[in-house]
Amino acid sequence: MTALAWLVPAALLLGGIGLLAFLWALRSGQFEDLEGAAYRALEDEPADDPARRDEPQ
Amino acid sequence: MTAHALPISAATKAEGAARQARPDMLTLAIENMRCGGCLKSVERAALSVPGVTSARANLAAKRVSVAFEEGRANELDVIEALKRAGFSAAPMHAAKQDAERAREKYLLRRVAVAGFAAMNIMLLSVSVWAGSGGDMDASLAALFRWLSALIALPTVVYAGQPFFASALQALRGRRLNMDVPISLAILLATAMSLYQTVRGNEQVYFDAAVTLLFFLLIGRFLDESLRVRARGEAQNLLSLQSGIATIIEADGSQRRMPAHALAPGDCLLVAAGERVAADGVILAGSGEVDQSLITGETEPASASPGQQIYAGTLNLGNALKIEVTAADSATLLAEIGGLMLAAEQGKARYRRLADRAAQIYAPAVHGLGAATFLGWLLLGAPWQTALTYAIAVLIITCPCALALAVPAVQIAAASRLFRRGIVVKAPDGLERVAETDIVVFDKTGTLTLGRPQLLDEEAIPDEALAAAAGLAAASRHPYAQGIVAAAGKRQKTMVAADGVEETPGRGLARAGAHGEERLGSAEWCEVKASSGGSEVWYRRSGQAPVRFRFADMLRTDAAEVVGALKRRGYPLALLSGDRKSAVETVAAAVGIETWLGELRPAEKIDWLAECARAGRKVLMIGDGLNDAPALAAAHASVSPASAADISQRTADFVFQGQRLAPVLEILSTAKRARAIALQNFGVAFCYNIVAVPFAMAGYVTPLIAAIVMSTSSILVTVNAARLAGGGRS
Repeated sequence: MTALAWLVPAALLLGGIGLLAFLWALRSGQFEDLEGAAYRALEDEPADDPARRDEPQ
Repeated sequence: MTAHALPISAATKAEGAARQARPDMLTLAIENMRCGGCLKSVERAALSVPGVTSARANLAAKRVSVAFEEGRANELDVIEALKRAGFSAAPMHAAKQDAERAREKYLLRRVAVAGFAAMNIMLLSVSVWAGSGGDMDASLAALFRWLSALIALPTVVYAGQPFFASALQALRGRRLNMDVPISLAILLATAMSLYQTVRGNEQVYFDAAVTLLFFLLIGRFLDESLRVRARGEAQNLLSLQSGIATIIEADGSQRRMPAHALAPGDCLLVAAGERVAADGVILAGSGEVDQSLITGETEPASASPGQQIYAGTLNLGNALKIEVTAADSATLLAEIGGLMLAAEQGKARYRRLADRAAQIYAPAVHGLGAATFLGWLLLGAPWQTALTYAIAVLIITCPCALALAVPAVQIAAASRLFRRGIVVKAPDGLERVAETDIVVFDKTGTLTLGRPQLLDEEAIPDEALAAAAGLAAASRHPYAQGIVAAAGKRQKTMVAADGVEETPGRGLARAGAHGEERLGSAEWCEVKASSGGSEVWYRRSGQAPVRFRFADMLRTDAAEVVGALKRRGYPLALLSGDRKSAVETVAAAVGIETWLGELRPAEKIDWLAECARAGRKVLMIGDGLNDAPALAAAHASVSPASAADISQRTADFVFQGQRLAPVLEILSTAKRARAIALQNFGVAFCYNIVAVPFAMAGYVTPLIAAIVMSTSSILVTVNAARLAGGGRS
């Protein structure tokens, strides 16, 4: 029974981290374009980086 | 649905005011961005414009957000750059869309929180119920209940807001909606469970209350996201259509700007072959214009200075100079605006299927709950027990399945239609279109393509066609373009002639080695006009003139679709503003027996009102400005993406492409959607029939209530998903 004393809080904590991660992802706009995200994952080029912008494309 | 009932002038003024604010962020609708490759090309094209600092394309919304440094770039540069990369783009106002997305996110956050809470509480209460009667000790069970309470209370306060707010609003208006029993069940269950937890009793309903909240929120979220997506697609279509106008500044210089930013008083230059971007009065220039999008009339009309001209008119002749006027001074538009306002009010009375179900259901739920409570009190049970049983009844009857039944089906139906190039604009449009029992078509632009095509192509000798096309290639007149297209079909190479001179409104001429060649009106070619219809002559000196006749061609599958509708048993009618003879020809060609021509917008409405009085529900399919009031008055309405923007704004569905077949797809999808929604109601109803007596008798434990509820919700969702099947057509 004493195992429950840390198992239950641990379960809630892990669940809570998942929830916070989702809310953060939502806030940072990761769910704005679900179709496009699927394709972006396949992109070979490095992600858009402001420092690299002025290089010839 | 009330937004488009606004007087047209209000929207125009607001857009005029938006011009002063020069944003450094810009959202563009992109018409043909369809894959991951396009996504990257769009971003790259936008970034290639000097001064653009970032570009982020959104494939689902078909838009790109561009940030640029003020003064170094403007929206037109970006649009031109995208055009060079092969994408047609149009600027749009993002503010309204953002507010809608904010509501969607507000719901999604609550879905997440309720989901988290529901899972954890369920875990705890399954342990409690599995352990009860076994070796679980009472203090541990109590601890678990307290933990559940700790999770449930903040969740209910946070995630329940959308329901509480809506229920309060309904009660203030002295009405009952579905949110009243929902809020009541959640609040009572939570309060009662808290009371029982404090007293150390077993009847704790936290799991049921939060699970209920979770499923109901999913339903709300689906409903809202359908709405947001439908409106977003509709806004894209409208922005893409408005295009770019050339304005002449006070100092005589010309500037290109997006049509939505035009303001009254601006002076526009409309070149031959261009569409007029705003309503106005002709200042200079005269010639012929094609007003088929406004009046349904396919014959070109003449235009002269001082005449009123409407957005969507195609300029066939000379370049016209137009002063943009406020929309409310225009008589036709004012009339149409008034008719629309009246027609929209009629439609607002439509009650959605789910609301009608709730109207019957909500009192029944309250009645059963109250009866259970009073019944048990009369039987001598303590008030806590009676209340617990009453809550069980409220929770059991509180229809997760009912709340999911319609939105889940509609979102599946809408995504099926989206994939086939049909935009569902009104969320209740699917329900209304399923009820229609008569289909009314407009002619120009709906049954026909709305642009001239060469008739009797085979009868024209190769040589004449090639020579005429050589001249025609120099012109942007729609007839000239029709000739070029016909020549292009017959032979692969075509030589554009040099030294062609165009006399706008009359024709083309070229002095060649073999004498003069002319292409244009009968008068221009010095031959006698034969029929006075839409025709163009080609004449080379010393040879017999060749006649090219033009007509607005039917959509390729118009007759087929009409036939299919007849087989399905729909009575059909054709209402048009065009000449009677033209309407009769088209009616005969597609096989519609009931037709009326030369109708004014008000007469179209009268005809529809007559149908409505006879108890018929009309599906109106039309595209012109003159159809807009009829589209608003009909029970449900469809318009092609080439329609006048006011018609697109009014219609419940907008379809893209050259074919008319989407009309059939809309009807069959809507019918299937209704059938599945009714099945879902059936599932929810059966479940209630079985579960309610048990709940009233007090046999339903909180755990059983929660499990049964989830099962029926999943059943309903899976049933709805059947509709989404099938790929792109």
